[in-house]
Amino acid sequence: MTHGSGERTISVEGLARVEGEGSLRVEVHDGIVGEVALEIFEPPRYFEAMLVGRNFTEAPDITSRICGICPVAYQMSACAAMEDACGTVIDERIRVLRRLLYCGEWIQSHALHVYLLHAPDFLGCADAVELAERDKQAVERGLDLKRTGNLVMETVGGRAVHPVNVRVGGFYRAPSPEAVAALAEPLFRARDQALTTVEWVAGFDFPDVEVDYRFVALREPDRYAIESGRAVSSDGLDLSPAELAELVVEEHVERSTALHARLGGRDQYLTGPLARYSLNSAMLPPLAAEAAAGAGLGPVCNNPFRSIVVRAVELVFACDEALSLVENYVPPDPPAATVVPRARSGAGATEAPRGLLFHTYELDESGTILKARIVPPTSQNQLTIESDLRQVAQDALDLGDDELQWRCEQAVRNHDPCISCAAHFLDVTIESS
Amino acid sequence: MTPTARPTVAVWKFASCDGCQLSILDCEEELLKLAGTVRIAYFLEMSRASIKGPYDLSLVEGSITTAGDVERIKQVRSQSRKLITIGACATAGGIQGLRNFAASGQYASVVYAHPEYINALDTSTPVSAHVPVDLELYGCPIDRTQLLSVLTAILAGRRPRVPGHSVCEECKGRGTVCLLVSRGTPCLGPVTRAGCGALCPAVDRGCFGCFGPTDTANTASLAGELRGQGLTPVDTSRLFRTFNATAPAFLAESVAQGGAPPVAVNGPGRDPAEGD
Repeated sequence: MTHGSGERTISVEGLARVEGEGSLRVEVHDGIVGEVALEIFEPPRYFEAMLVGRNFTEAPDITSRICGICPVAYQMSACAAMEDACGTVIDERIRVLRRLLYCGEWIQSHALHVYLLHAPDFLGCADAVELAERDKQAVERGLDLKRTGNLVMETVGGRAVHPVNVRVGGFYRAPSPEAVAALAEPLFRARDQALTTVEWVAGFDFPDVEVDYRFVALREPDRYAIESGRAVSSDGLDLSPAELAELVVEEHVERSTALHARLGGRDQYLTGPLARYSLNSAMLPPLAAEAAAGAGLGPVCNNPFRSIVVRAVELVFACDEALSLVENYVPPDPPAATVVPRARSGAGATEAPRGLLFHTYELDESGTILKARIVPPTSQNQLTIESDLRQVAQDALDLGDDELQWRCEQAVRNHDPCISCAAHFLDVTIESS
Repeated sequence: MTPTARPTVAVWKFASCDGCQLSILDCEEELLKLAGTVRIAYFLEMSRASIKGPYDLSLVEGSITTAGDVERIKQVRSQSRKLITIGACATAGGIQGLRNFAASGQYASVVYAHPEYINALDTSTPVSAHVPVDLELYGCPIDRTQLLSVLTAILAGRRPRVPGHSVCEECKGRGTVCLLVSRGTPCLGPVTRAGCGALCPAVDRGCFGCFGPTDTANTASLAGELRGQGLTPVDTSRLFRTFNATAPAFLAESVAQGGAPPVAVNGPGRDPAEGD
């Protein structure tokens, strides 16, 4: 084997520590990386077809089954789209409770990714069990953080995986003030653990990679966007969810990986923690902003390997935000707005832990779904993940095959892809108007 | 048991959302203990290291929806001393079982511009339709406490117990007032297997059956009650036809209420160009 030149193929059949079933392949000819592919071999589950003919009230429960790791994201985007279609105004207290539930999912999902899926890469461990043999305290800290995220989801949503308390318009029952107040103590602990997490991951060794990303994320005028906002991009887009949905054109090509995204000559974009942070770091409250600065992050982060630091900063933010929502909690009464269906279309976009997720629906006057469209973050990110893979592999050709393979796997895990989500949808194209 | 003799456990995924596998990772404080008691030999979501089979125990998530998976589940079975299905997809076909009621190729043509690129069966079927299964865990998702108690029993050489009674008993146990009787809220609790802890009625919501039918579900009686309270046949049928739509008792009742019977046959996907 010759490093850095000649013919090499890096091929990983079952990509580990990602959500879902995928593989990667990198081909090198004469020291130049050629074909790269993140292949998705998850079988399709046809969610958009299953939704047709169902009632609009069923979309949050049905779409949450797309992903067991970010069910709240699916529920929130579905609710937002249905409420947009029906012209429903949502009470501020309901919005706050949704944000609290969503913080729980961010804590759970980010703790899972940072500690169980991503950190082992930086420390040369096959998995978190091996990591625990070396640093049990760290893994226990991660598991405790994750448990607090689950606890928030259980308290507000009734269940951690596929919460049962969410409905179009709000919630079935508002949790009692006592139940919500009981979250303060674990959230205080979690916030400290999140701060420790930032320090811990900031000390990892990061390959020196800078990528000229085109970021897309939701933005709110007065807070770090999670459950609502307008979609903005690093090249100046500023779109409502409906406008975003119109600009994103989907193309189905034979190779699952062949995404084609176009916008003014640049043909891809990235959603997720790097995009959110780089577009909205000025909106972070002081504690998270200080943690970011302490970890050496500037206002923008272009190194995909440092996404673990950004996720840790977002953990601090989500714990801190959840705490303030808990302290100011007043149960919404009634717990849900009355939603009267009408024959209209609606769009909803929210920030899933791994990136922007949007839904659009078309309803008839009885509330029956005529058409559904769901665009998950990993579909939007796939082309960028592949181009990262190319750049990271090219920069690391002097590594041996095993190390190069590991580095390539890491290039994919940097973006926390959710392959179960992505498998069921179309490839994504974005066109400029 | 010496460390070298730790039983090996493998976790496999078919068509699913990963939520049941996540329930294993959600065992948080028990996770590291579990990892010390068994040898996690294959669990892609958790580790890049894997050990070749055979395995003492396989946990299988997801339903069978492709010709390749029909073969893969046979390989999993042949490498596994015991095989447990985890969750509604693996145990009863899952939400994606709704495709079984659609004409061949119809679903693919709704979602994909080029259905001919899609290589999937017209049906979603439970693991038990393809290979013998030692134990089936229900739930969308499974209950992690139930999973832990089953694993503990198996590791101790005891016979694991999965409840066959209904959600109603769990409501009584936690003191939740019956929504069906007191408010006329449509609820599948009387015919749905216990195991979740009666979560939905506790938040004023009728059970939607994510743990599948009980061993002796009297669905006709419940459907009569629901109809008597004014639920339309379409809505009654739909209530039985969500996350466990192809579980036999729920399937039969949804058809009895006027829902279309399954049309897809369990075979390789047809070329949609052939038409219906």
